Formats: sequence, structure tokens, C-alpha cells
Amino acid sequence: MGFSIYDFSDFINNIHAFLIETFSPAIGNIIGMAIVAVCFLGFIALLGLSLVYIERKVCALFQQRLGPMRVGKWGTAQTVADIIKLIFKEPLMTKDSDKFLFNLAPFIVMIAPVMAISLIPFASGLQAVDFDIGIFFIVAVSSIGVTGILLAGWSSNNKYSLIGAMRSGAQIVSYELSVILSLLTIVVLSGSLQLSVIVESQREGWWIFRGHIPAIIAFIIFIVASTAESNRGPFDMAEAESEITAGFHTEYSGIKFAYFFLAEYVNMFIIAAVGATIFFGGWMPLHIGNIEFFNNAMDLIPPVIWFFMKVSAIIFLLMWFKWTFPRLRIDQMLTLEWKYLLPLNIMNILLMSLVVLTDFHF
Amino acid sequence: MEEVAQNIETQEYFINMGPQHPSTHGVLRLMLTLDGEIIKKVQPHLGYIHRSIEKMCEKDSYQQVVHLTDRMDYLGCHINNEAVCLTVEKGLELEVPDRVKVIRTIISELTRLSSHQLWWGVMGMDLGAITTFLYGFRDREMITDIFEETCGARLTMNYNVPGGLMFDIHPNFQNRTKQFLEHFKKKLPEYDKLLTGNVIFTERTKGIGYLSKEDAISYGVTGPSARASGFSCDVRKKNPYSAYDRVDFKEILFTEGDCFARYQARIAEMWESMKIIEQLIDNIPEGEYKAKTKAVIKLPPGEYYQRVETPRGELGVYIISDNKKNPYRVKFRSPGFSNLSALDKMARGFKIADLVAIMSTLDLVIPDIDR
Amino acid sequence: MIGSIKKYFSDIYNGVKSLFTGMKVTGHYVTHPGEIITQQYPENRDTLKMFERFRGEVVLIHDENNEHKCTGCSACELACPNGTIEIISDKAIDEETGKPKKIIDTFVYHLQMCTFCNLCILACPTDAIKMAQTYEHSVFDRSELTKVLNKPGSKIMQGIK
Repeated sequence: MGFSIYDFSDFINNIHAFLIETFSPAIGNIIGMAIVAVCFLGFIALLGLSLVYIERKVCALFQQRLGPMRVGKWGTAQTVADIIKLIFKEPLMTKDSDKFLFNLAPFIVMIAPVMAISLIPFASGLQAVDFDIGIFFIVAVSSIGVTGILLAGWSSNNKYSLIGAMRSGAQIVSYELSVILSLLTIVVLSGSLQLSVIVESQREGWWIFRGHIPAIIAFIIFIVASTAESNRGPFDMAEAESEITAGFHTEYSGIKFAYFFLAEYVNMFIIAAVGATIFFGGWMPLHIGNIEFFNNAMDLIPPVIWFFMKVSAIIFLLMWFKWTFPRLRIDQMLTLEWKYLLPLNIMNILLMSLVVLTDFHF
Repeated sequence: MEEVAQNIETQEYFINMGPQHPSTHGVLRLMLTLDGEIIKKVQPHLGYIHRSIEKMCEKDSYQQVVHLTDRMDYLGCHINNEAVCLTVEKGLELEVPDRVKVIRTIISELTRLSSHQLWWGVMGMDLGAITTFLYGFRDREMITDIFEETCGARLTMNYNVPGGLMFDIHPNFQNRTKQFLEHFKKKLPEYDKLLTGNVIFTERTKGIGYLSKEDAISYGVTGPSARASGFSCDVRKKNPYSAYDRVDFKEILFTEGDCFARYQARIAEMWESMKIIEQLIDNIPEGEYKAKTKAVIKLPPGEYYQRVETPRGELGVYIISDNKKNPYRVKFRSPGFSNLSALDKMARGFKIADLVAIMSTLDLVIPDIDR
Repeated sequence: MIGSIKKYFSDIYNGVKSLFTGMKVTGHYVTHPGEIITQQYPENRDTLKMFERFRGEVVLIHDENNEHKCTGCSACELACPNGTIEIISDKAIDEETGKPKKIIDTFVYHLQMCTFCNLCILACPTDAIKMAQTYEHSVFDRSELTKVLNKPGSKIMQGIK
């Protein structure tokens, strides 16, 4: 089993071959899938725990506080304690709620990020599925989440929840456009929808540098639109606690509430991961042209570390937005999308096409 | 398209905002009639925190009345105390020493600053910027420390007694106040950077919750909320009490009458308050901290009224005396109550999110409304 | 037409610029953890000192001979707006003059009713009571909040009338 921290493809292939040799091909494949599924579920749980902790610490730093300090050293076990509390809490339900949909909604909300995360290339060869329509697939499944939110708001039998759900529906449907178009800008440049190909195409340099102006504009639009799509930061009017108490998850408690919470954080990770993959080269180390010495030095840092560094940087940016800006109003948010982001985006795609046609990129 | 819109049957619906709601700042219940997100009608319901302070005052002696007023507008408690003391002093025809007047003015302005700081933080939080809340409280902490050192308590200070002050200022008072001013002069521009100039904030507040000057007068709206509509009603200018006649400050007036104007009025008032404190802090005259009063105060029979400017507007104290050691009747004209009455007028036709902005620019303190 | 297009783009520019101004402020604090203002309360209990005028609870001052200055005049009881103080007095014979005089039997203080308004301290003619700087008042049973302020066996100081 040739294990290398720089390239996982051999390692993964060896495991696959081993499984198929030991068992029959069908059973081997199934066992392989099960292993991958368990890995991802474990990863998502870990991600939720650590992101909640990081968010609380970062938020505290922005606000000149210390954040959680009591449970464990520097409060590191705080989120574990929170999860244990949520598990043991009574799952309350309102009297006239639609019981089936009410219980179904948290799972639908979770499906979207779990499906999307399987396409993220964490390192060379470390990718569960590598569709040739990768970006298309991610964009498509990430909009499943909104059904869950709408169902949650509808089935709660609470007017606040319904307002939150309707806001969220309008928000996600409109911002989807901007996310797709901003990702398409880079697809024009790289010429492929497949995530591994896009990463590979950035060997000479990340697209955000090589695509210069249109790529930077696309990145800004992507960050704004995807923040809105994940109901975070200044776009959290679906759960605006000062207006509609907690929006669509007002009536949820215990572990079902934890699902919504977890989905939000995993969504945040996916946004950061997609952003890092498309604009910042995914696991690709920082390469500048043909400067051999510099490129080799950068190659020494393992790709997984590169990937998580980029993802953390984008997550930090998202948190920075959230803890600085006031919330928008629902109509202003739609104005922002339809009057500013969308026209800019279309112009940006035209600009990018021109850049590609004239070969004006680096 | 129009045909479709006509055939859809829509319905107005009610929603109870409060008594337990994050942005009603206490136990105010608003019954909203909504059409989608658009507000058709707002009906405030009071009574969830009624403690009958006015009735309780009738059994108390004049010294004891003062501490009850701490519990009305808890963010401007010194000014409430001062109002009662001024009324009693008016009844006794008592001239308080100069030192008392100046100290009262300084602490009043510090109270106003701390109230506005808290308001700023909460306003940001209502609009979704939670960080401002912590920054507002950070700066307010220095003022509460000053209060704690001099008055003995952070919030319900009860520093006034009829005839003067409970005790003299602490020797550190002047130094600490100057330190605070120095600190806050650096921090107040930060407030502007975080909210005032922010494009999201201005979009959320400009043109929202318009209140005309005529409406402000007819609803009895006072304080910064009314001055933002162009209604000049600063009691400190119109009817100076304590040491306000000897300091130089501007009455802040805006004419837009929207949420942003109300916001700006309060930010500008903070600068004016700092100006007042700066003029007085080095010129506290020597002398007694309390005029001589009898142990049992009896006001001559009659009616006495005194109004002061609290951070929220005009507070009036009305006392009827029948020559007993406790008042016959006490009535407080609290600014929050009148300001709240204009809410329906301001909020109609706007959205739920705007209602939150309107409420926070009115700066409601529920115990002040519901005594 | 040109003007409106210009305004459209200048709006975007100014808006983004104002957002960056705000981010600079919060960014300053995230990079300066030295300015954190949190106090870790139970840990810093030893160094936490209240101001001398802080009003924590009413105490009756006793000196080293277990003597206090309270004459039982109940001025504080009258001054209190909430009925927080209850003085149960007793009769005793003055040793010097032989005349009967009033002394306190129990000085009851209901902490749960106290609003810390300081009026009792002002009313006391002999400065027998003062405000202590304690601040941890929570107890498991409400009855623990009703305190007897005079220590057992204490008596009035000589020469206090």
C-alpha cells in the first residue's frame, strides 16, 4: 500500500483493489462505499463540532471577548457538551403541526450538504465521486436544502416560522443564479465542469490570479451570493432572531434543531471548499509561473494542508461578514440580487469570454 | 397577471410580537395586523410589567419616592431621581448649592451618554449586527464604573436626595471622567464606521418610519425622536434646570424625521453631552453637597410640576401635596409612553424588519412606559 | 443615461467601500487580542475588589469587644421604603444612671426585600450600620436571606446615646 501524503490516488486504488480481490467485485464495491460513507459521516460530525467551536471563538475575538472557556482547556469540549445536551433534550412539537413533514424536514436539510461534500477534492485522489459534471451536480443538490427549510416552516404551524421559510425560499431561489453564473465564469476559463480537472488546470497558478479582473469580480459575487444561499451572515433573514424570533426553526428543539444547526455549518464548509477549489486551486500549492525554486518549496507542503488552509481562510471571511454587518431587509436583498449581482455577473461572463477568446489571461 | 392577482384570495393576519420577543426589549406586546410582510396596523398592549409606582409613591416619604424612580427608566435613573428632587425642592422653595447643580448636570450627561451607548449597541443588534452590542457595552462599562465609585451602584444609583446629593463625589471622579472622555472620543468615530456609514445600515434606516413635525407634536413625542422630526423640544434649552443655563451646547435638530435622522440625532447628542461634561468637569465649585433640610419633609399644600430631559425625552413629575409627610398624588409623564403611541403612525405600510428598526430608534424602555 | 449608469457604478463602489470600513474596525479587534475586556469571574474572585461605596448589604458594625453602636432608635426602620429592617427592642437598666433604657434584642434584616437605596445608612444617628461590599448573595433557600445583624452576646458601646 504505497501511502503518500502528497498523492492519495495510489493508496485509494490499492484499497479498492484489495477489497475486490478479497471479496467478489460487487461486495467489494459495497464495502468500499460503506467505508467512504462512514468516513464522510464522521468527517461531517467532526466538522460540525469544530466549526461551531471556531465560530464561537472567532466571534468572541471580533467582539473583544474570550468565548467559551469553561469546558475543557480553552473551552474546547464546549460543543461536545452542547451536543450531549441537545441529544438529551425533549423533542417538542406544536399541537397542530404536520407531524410527518415536521420530522422529515431536518433530514432533507441535511441531505444537500452530505451529497455535495462527496464531490469535494480534498487532495489529489482524495475525492469520493469525480463526476464530469461536478459543478453542475453541486449546484443542483445544494438547492435541495431549501425544500427542507420550506417544509420546516410550513409544518411548524407557526406564523413566524412560515414567514422565515417564505423569506428563505425567495432568497435561495434568487441567489442560486448568481452562484451558478459566478462559477460559470471560471468554467469558461478552465473549460471543464469536472472538479479534478479544474484543480489540475490551476497547476501554473490559481484562477483568481490568472483570470485577473473578471475572476476577482466573480469571486466577490460568489462569496456574497453563497453567503446568502446558506442563510448566513448579513443575509440571515430566514432566521432573523430580532424580527421573527428564530424563523423556520422556531419550533424545533433537541436533536432536530441540531440538524439544522449542523447543516448550516456544513453548508458553510462546502461554500468555502467550492470557492477554494474553483478560485484558489483546491489542494494545488501556490505556483507562480516557472519559478522552479519557489514552486518546489511550495510543493513540500502537503495538498491536504493547502486545501484546509484555503478553506479556513474563506470561512474566516464569511465569519468576518457575519460579525460585522447589519442584516438586510428581504426586499433589499432581492434588489441586491436582481439589480446588482445578476447584471454584473452577466457582464462579467461576457468579459471573461472576451478574455478567454483574446487569450488575455496569464 | 393582474387577473391572476385578483383571483388569489389573500387575507390579513394577526401576529403577536411579544410579550416575549427578542426585539421588544422587555415585555411589550405588539399586536400586528399584517398583509404578508407589510404592516397594516400596530396595537401596543401594556401591563406586563406594571408595578404601580405612582401609587407606591403615595405611601412613601419624599426621600423614599426618589429610589422608586430608579426603577422606571432604568437607563436614565439619575435624571429621574433629579426630577423628583427638583420638584420637591421647588415645593420647599429650596435653593440647592452650586456644587450640587454642577455635579447633577455632569452625572445627568454621563447617564445620557451611557443610555445612548446602550441604545446604539442594541440598535445594531436589532438590525442584525451583534458585534455593536458588545462595543456599546464596552464603553458603557467605564461610565458604570464611575457611577459605582461615586454613587455606590451601577444602575439604580439613587444618588440624589431632596436638597442635594447623598454624599460628595469620590476624589477619583474627575480623573475617571476625563479618562472616559478621552477614551470615548476615540471610540465614537468607530460607531460611525460600523453603522452610520455602512451601506446596509443606511438602506435599512433612510426613509423608514417617517414622522412629521405635526405628528410628533400631536402625539406628544419628545426627546431625540421628536428633534429628528424638527420639533425643537429640548427641556435643557427651553426650561433650563440645574446647571444647563451656564453651559454652551447645541440643540440637535434634524428635519428628515426618519429612522436615520433619529439615529443621527442620538449620535450627535453624544458629542454634545461630552461637550457639556468637558465644560463642567474642571469647574465644579467648592461648597456643600447638600442643602440643609428637615428630617421629615413636608411640602406646603399645592401642586408642583417639574420637567427634565431624559435620554428618551421629556419626563414630567407632578406632585400634589396636602401638607403631609408623603405626597397626596404623584404622576409621572414618562417620555416612552408618548413616544410609543406614535409607533402605529410610523410603522404602517412598512415591513416587519422596519418595525424593529423603528422601535429601536424610538429607544423604548418598557418599565418607563409601563410604570 | 450616462449619468444613471455612472451613479449605478458609483453606488456599488461607495457601498463596497463602506462595508470595508466596517470590516476594518472589527478586523482591528480580531488582530489585537490584548484589548479583550472579558473578566473571568469566579477565577478572579481573589483580585476582584468592589469600590468602597458599593452597596452590597447592610451590616451592623461590631468592634473587637463585640460591641455595636445601635441604640434601637428604629430610625432606619422608618427610613426604609420596603420594610427591610425590623428592630425588636428590649428594656434594660442603664448601669450608670439606673434608669430603664431601650436596647436592641434582634436587628432583623431582610436582604430579599432590600433595594440598596442607602436611606437607612443616612438615617442612622449613631453610624451603627453601614453598607458592606459583599456581592455574592445567592442562596439555596429564601429563609437564609433573612439575617440577624447583631451578633450573639453583643452589647451597645459605652457612651452611645
